[in-house]
Amino acid sequence: MRIGIDTDTCIGAGQCAMVAPDVFTQDDDGYSTLRPGREDGGGSPLVREAARACPVGAITAGDPEDAGTPPGTR
Amino acid sequence: MTDTDTTTTTGTAHPVAFPQDRTCPYQPPAGYDPLRAARPLARITLFDGRPAWLVTGHAAARRLLADQRLSTDRTRDGFPATSARVAAVRERRTALLGVDDPEHRAQRRTVLPEFTLKRATALRPRIRRIVEERLDAMIAQGPPADLVAAFALPVPSMVICALLGVPYADHDFFEEQSRRLLRGPLPADAKDARDRLEAYLGELVDRKRTAPGDGLLDDLVRRGPGDGAVDREQLIAFALILLVAGHETTANMISLGTYTLLTNPGRLAELRADPALLPGAVEELMRVLSIADGLLRVATEDIEVDGRTIRAGDGVVFATSVINRDESVYPDPDALDWHRPARHHVAFGFGIHQCLGQNLARAELEIALQTLFDRLPTLRLAAPAEEIPCKPGDTIQGMPALPVAW
Repeated sequence: MRIGIDTDTCIGAGQCAMVAPDVFTQDDDGYSTLRPGREDGGGSPLVREAARACPVGAITAGDPEDAGTPPGTR
Repeated sequence: MTDTDTTTTTGTAHPVAFPQDRTCPYQPPAGYDPLRAARPLARITLFDGRPAWLVTGHAAARRLLADQRLSTDRTRDGFPATSARVAAVRERRTALLGVDDPEHRAQRRTVLPEFTLKRATALRPRIRRIVEERLDAMIAQGPPADLVAAFALPVPSMVICALLGVPYADHDFFEEQSRRLLRGPLPADAKDARDRLEAYLGELVDRKRTAPGDGLLDDLVRRGPGDGAVDREQLIAFALILLVAGHETTANMISLGTYTLLTNPGRLAELRADPALLPGAVEELMRVLSIADGLLRVATEDIEVDGRTIRAGDGVVFATSVINRDESVYPDPDALDWHRPARHHVAFGFGIHQCLGQNLARAELEIALQTLFDRLPTLRLAAPAEEIPCKPGDTIQGMPALPVAW
């Protein structure tokens, strides 16, 4: 899965880290960031839920093909 | 562009008056029933006779709360007021919640590191200690007790004092002035209370310049010129909103949450039998209680909503109790159900102003409710439930006092 975080939009509400703690965390400033090694979501079914929980729509979660990359494994 | 009709929206001849006082402390007033039938948008009349839009639909609320064409700057023309008390303090903006981007973003960034999920998790042992100590004191005094004064108010007060670096010894003063700011009763009370709190916080930050401690306010005082520097006036404004919002809201959730559990014994028993339900129960209580019931905005541009037009300068109010009971998202919406996915409620707001302290609030609520019912398995109301008064509809919802025994 291709996960994008718009850090200019993120307000650091921490909802992504609450919903999908295995994938998202907050950096020292409080803004959302992906956990090392989990940049592709690690197959977590909660990534889309985290995107929906974000109050400012800063998170996008899509299949690689959605982003125009060649179809491949998830 | 076509719809300026104010008479048909709610299916009634006249727009509904908003806000109204609750009778059951955890349900919207019966007078909101026409609003629940009018989604996603209804027309309301405010206390001064002015009309405003009321957002009632869940999807529209999430969209509009995130729409930066709606401003939270209460000094703007057309900004709605839900009472004369609210109108009395609108000549100055509040920090954080009351400013729009890009200024808001810069302000929030300054204090954000203290309010992350990680920070709230790290504070849990301290919260637990405060909760246990307050219960020790309440139990030592013996029943009956006012749960608000003995527990629900001191717990979040002590937590926010520790976090900000405000001396808890001053709690009688700032709790009383916060109460006057939020509930008057007279408009002059709110203004006077605001002035007193600002004077108090001004002296406090001045003292911190010579004798710094280890709270957030101390940290803000210590930051030199440059990135993150805050002047005295702004520091006072930050301190005011963080102190007031930090204790009043959570205090109401603890007392109202306790009342709701005690008057729904089946749900309480279910929760006691399976503590793993607790985080979901806290979300469901947030959804059902919707204590900040009437978030205020003003439109800075025309905004189309489902074929209707909110005009620039129109007041817009979000009735969280109604939004959080949208049947299309929450079936059987008045029922407490620990198993439903309640998470997407808007009790903390949504968009850039979503509650800064929500992670801390969740931690406090979980620990306070669990420990209270663990330590006092026979806890009960010490007055008939329907005789315990609610706070008026124009302020954070809750009860001024909650008599309990065990």
